[in-house]
Amino acid sequence: MSSVAVSKKKGFGAVLWDYLTTVDHKKLGVMYLFAGVLFFAIAGFEALLMRIQLMVPNNDFISAGLFNELLTMHGTTMLFLAATPLLFGFMNAIVPLQIGARDVAFPFLNSLGFWLFFLGAIFMHLSFFMGGAPDAGWTSYASLSLYSPGHGIDFYVLGLQISGAGTLISGINFIVTIITMRAPGMTFMRMPLFTWTTLISSSLILFAFPPLTVGLFFMLVDRMFGANFFDHTMGGNTIIWEHLFWIFGHPEVYILVLPAFGLFSEIIPVFARKRLFGYSSMVFATILIGFLGFMVWAHHMFTVGMGPTANAIFAIATMAIAVPTGMKVFNWILTIWGGSIKVTVPMLYALGFIPSFVAGGVTGVMMATAPLDYQLHDSYFIVAHFHYVIVGGIVTAIFGSMHYYWPIMFNRTLSEKLGVLTFWVFFIGFHLTFFLQHFLGLMGMPRRVFTFQADQGWDLFNYISSIGAIMMAVGVVLLVINVLLSIKTPPVNRRDYWGDGRSLEWSIQLPVPFYNFKQTPLVRGFDPCWLEKQEGNKEMMTYAEPLGDIHMPNNSILPLIMSIGLFIAAFGALYHPDGVSWSVPVIVIGLGITVLAMITRSVKDDHGFHVHVEEVIATEERLYGKGGNK
Amino acid sequence: MGHHTEVQAKTKAQYEYDRHHNAVHMKKQVVNFAIMIFLTFLAFAVVVADFSPYLIKPFILLLAGIQVVLQLYSFMHMDDKNGHHIGVISTYVWSGAMIIFPVFLAFVTVVWW
Repeated sequence: MSSVAVSKKKGFGAVLWDYLTTVDHKKLGVMYLFAGVLFFAIAGFEALLMRIQLMVPNNDFISAGLFNELLTMHGTTMLFLAATPLLFGFMNAIVPLQIGARDVAFPFLNSLGFWLFFLGAIFMHLSFFMGGAPDAGWTSYASLSLYSPGHGIDFYVLGLQISGAGTLISGINFIVTIITMRAPGMTFMRMPLFTWTTLISSSLILFAFPPLTVGLFFMLVDRMFGANFFDHTMGGNTIIWEHLFWIFGHPEVYILVLPAFGLFSEIIPVFARKRLFGYSSMVFATILIGFLGFMVWAHHMFTVGMGPTANAIFAIATMAIAVPTGMKVFNWILTIWGGSIKVTVPMLYALGFIPSFVAGGVTGVMMATAPLDYQLHDSYFIVAHFHYVIVGGIVTAIFGSMHYYWPIMFNRTLSEKLGVLTFWVFFIGFHLTFFLQHFLGLMGMPRRVFTFQADQGWDLFNYISSIGAIMMAVGVVLLVINVLLSIKTPPVNRRDYWGDGRSLEWSIQLPVPFYNFKQTPLVRGFDPCWLEKQEGNKEMMTYAEPLGDIHMPNNSILPLIMSIGLFIAAFGALYHPDGVSWSVPVIVIGLGITVLAMITRSVKDDHGFHVHVEEVIATEERLYGKGGNK
Repeated sequence: MGHHTEVQAKTKAQYEYDRHHNAVHMKKQVVNFAIMIFLTFLAFAVVVADFSPYLIKPFILLLAGIQVVLQLYSFMHMDDKNGHHIGVISTYVWSGAMIIFPVFLAFVTVVWW
């Protein structure tokens, strides 16, 4: 087991088995990253098809029904199955290193969270091949989705239920990890901003996913077992779905954007070569955004008819979020201000992020004005707004951080030259696509339409917008090429790749051994790597303990088996309304597999294993040559 | 997994102490469980007895409040003042309450229709 990390000559089967059973946060981080990129590519391709359809008026490239499926799957996939796992990838790979931990608090749950997410995602995507994808928008409003024919919505409900459970599990895991696993000296107010935002965003997951679970469960029994929670003709209320969805849905956007803020708060001080300006106000703003995020869900429903009192209260609450977000923006600017700036690719993404995200925030405040929202609602203005915050805020953070953290995650580097080219192609494409959509919205073009009539003044802007989308696609392809080329780059094999690293993860000699730290570090202040470097410490780390045996968790195949059980049961539930005879047995078999795996896990004690001192020394010598990590 | 773990044999006194401690704890849990079942029974009883809705509704809401507190303090270890990270756990519980209370308030005052 202990030779896992440094295995050089292992067969394909052994490597596959290793990845299927791994509980190592670094490997799970990589798996999250690649699964996220896969779904990002799929959802991006769907977006491209839609933009080609909308390139010219009265186009018949794809049909109206397929367009609905594409827009639904694009939104759902991007938020739940691309942005979330990509950010979880960075959280997994980086947070334990930032706080000086050897793994997360619950390594088994970490693996379970990944497999639930992945199989839920696969399940949802199978809908394309099994009678049609969900087609009621990513919000899947009950008044529309209850009457959607076929199994599309059932795939949405069951797939999200499974992958949502995975996300909830991972969120809880990160809360516990960050609270209990910090190295000695790593107090809360010394935690790097990415760790802070991970903590807050995991807390939001903890509080926001239960309403979604409840909503999805109501939808499930409404559609598959004939209940009437959302059917107004039977005494239900279709608006309840909207409330439940947005009580989850609004915090969800902060769940995604807060870690993105955290990543930029890591990147900017390193390349401005200055301490992060206003650390404590950054922490405070993060908490405040998280809290206010729960108070504003009804601003998605201004036009539902809640009345002027409710609209006014939610409008003001929404505008209040601009205050802590503004604090963050000014802190980033003041970090850069007067710094000795190195414009590397991650920094380029950070510099592109600030104005793009501010633009998205400004349109957000515009839409928070309830009377104006009556004009903007369901128009392309909304589409432009949320793509500015999501692409301008989250996707730039993910791309920038891929460049920034690639050395730590893979001990390889992404090309800077190709990275700069990627950035410009993607960034210009992004603004070309979405900037003009603001005006399309103001001119009255509704969102979610599959085509439009010519000569309404929309033709040119739609054409340009589609050109931009193609540029974004080219940018993503360039990034993938960069990733493939990185395989051939020489290994980094040193500490502090960027030369100006500040937080603990840069103190680690690359490649990171599977136990992360041969001795638990002692954190003597904020920005420990920087602190040690300033004091001339060549090892960039002070140790809190002598070299000793290291306790590590065992690998396990059970998380995958549990997830497969739910995956099978979901098919039974899906076909239950069709009245097929095998539906109930399949549900029972699937749940039985899951429960059996859970019983096995509970009954069999698994205390993990110890890596003995000699093995640690041998591993260090194998990784870093004679003398080990010195 | 972050820190060195050691397995130590318990002394006789420690064993006896733990045993006694667990027995007291168990007794408390069983008593609380019985109280909770009784309160649930009361909730059903007022409905079956067909009292005025103006009594039933506040009464059931009151019982629900008591049940939440019992649940948190008896079964979720909120009464364990010396527990690990009890401050963090309390913070989370109260944050959750602070988040859900405005939601509840909004629903009963301005939003619902």
